[in-house]
Amino acid sequence: MAGESGKIDPMHQFQIEPLAKLDLFGYDISFTNSSLFMLVVLGAIWVFMAGGMKRELVPGRWQMAVEGVTGFINNMMSSSIGPEGKKYVPLVFSLFMFILFANFMGMMPIGIVPGAHAFTVTSHLTVTAVLAVLSFGTVLVVGLWKHGLHFFSLFVPHGTPWWLLWLIPLIELFSFLIRPFSLALRLFVAMTAGHVLMKVLAGFVINGLNAEALWVAPLVALPSFILMIGITLLELLVCAIQAYVFALLTSLYINDAVNLH
Amino acid sequence: MEAEAAKLIGAGLAAIGAGLAAGGVGNVFGSFLQGALRNPAAADSQQGRLFIGFAAAELLGLLAFVVAMILIFVA
Repeated sequence: MAGESGKIDPMHQFQIEPLAKLDLFGYDISFTNSSLFMLVVLGAIWVFMAGGMKRELVPGRWQMAVEGVTGFINNMMSSSIGPEGKKYVPLVFSLFMFILFANFMGMMPIGIVPGAHAFTVTSHLTVTAVLAVLSFGTVLVVGLWKHGLHFFSLFVPHGTPWWLLWLIPLIELFSFLIRPFSLALRLFVAMTAGHVLMKVLAGFVINGLNAEALWVAPLVALPSFILMIGITLLELLVCAIQAYVFALLTSLYINDAVNLH
Repeated sequence: MEAEAAKLIGAGLAAIGAGLAAGGVGNVFGSFLQGALRNPAAADSQQGRLFIGFAAAELLGLLAFVVAMILIFVA
């Protein structure tokens, strides 16, 4: 069968390939395609922000776009934390922009340049785990700094009956400790699953067009291609929603640390 | 039963979880729309809660996907 020779591996896109070998005290710190795309994301954010921060009195289109994003995060922080939320806008804004741009950068059709492959930085658990630890660490540091040991009253909600005092703190502690894992896992899996799905559909299209039997191309490849367009649009939506959810949950967790229920 | 066959059956069973999560996500948005149509003035202020519910329901579906992937590629 023709499909057997040109087998398309949907997991190959997540492979990390070193572009320049580097070695530090026996640790492999090679410059990989992941690092390259992180730099590309950083550059894209820098260009986007620099273009809109000219502080014109009458904002142009670009400045309106930047102000829209900053205003969006600003609103979210002040509505979920209150007036004290302003202090944490830079952190949440950076997290949001990095995740959003990294997600979108992985969806760019870079593959039309021969030899180049798009790489989604956020489709690796190591990257999303570091982002989640950033968010969770801020909650811990802010909570312990502001309230001292009183921070642990977070685990005993108001109005807990005395005969449940042995169980509720346990559940609250568990749900608190699972936050970084759920944050990291959600982003990582959403990106991975979407990209695997798209590559599987792309494999249907390519193998269908290459099939020896002529009826396969219109019956399999064409519907798959149409479905793929829809899935791509859905995936763009998911990219934005995941970045939003990450920022929203971070703001809620910071709210817990600042206001203690 | 062969171990390989059992893994694949397990991964297929995990896909049921993804389908159930689809029902959960649909329920979140459906209920939100029902409430929003009854009181459109209050809908905008509840969008944050909408996405929290969405994130919670979606996470469980994604966990089902993780289980399937672990069964196929890791275990």
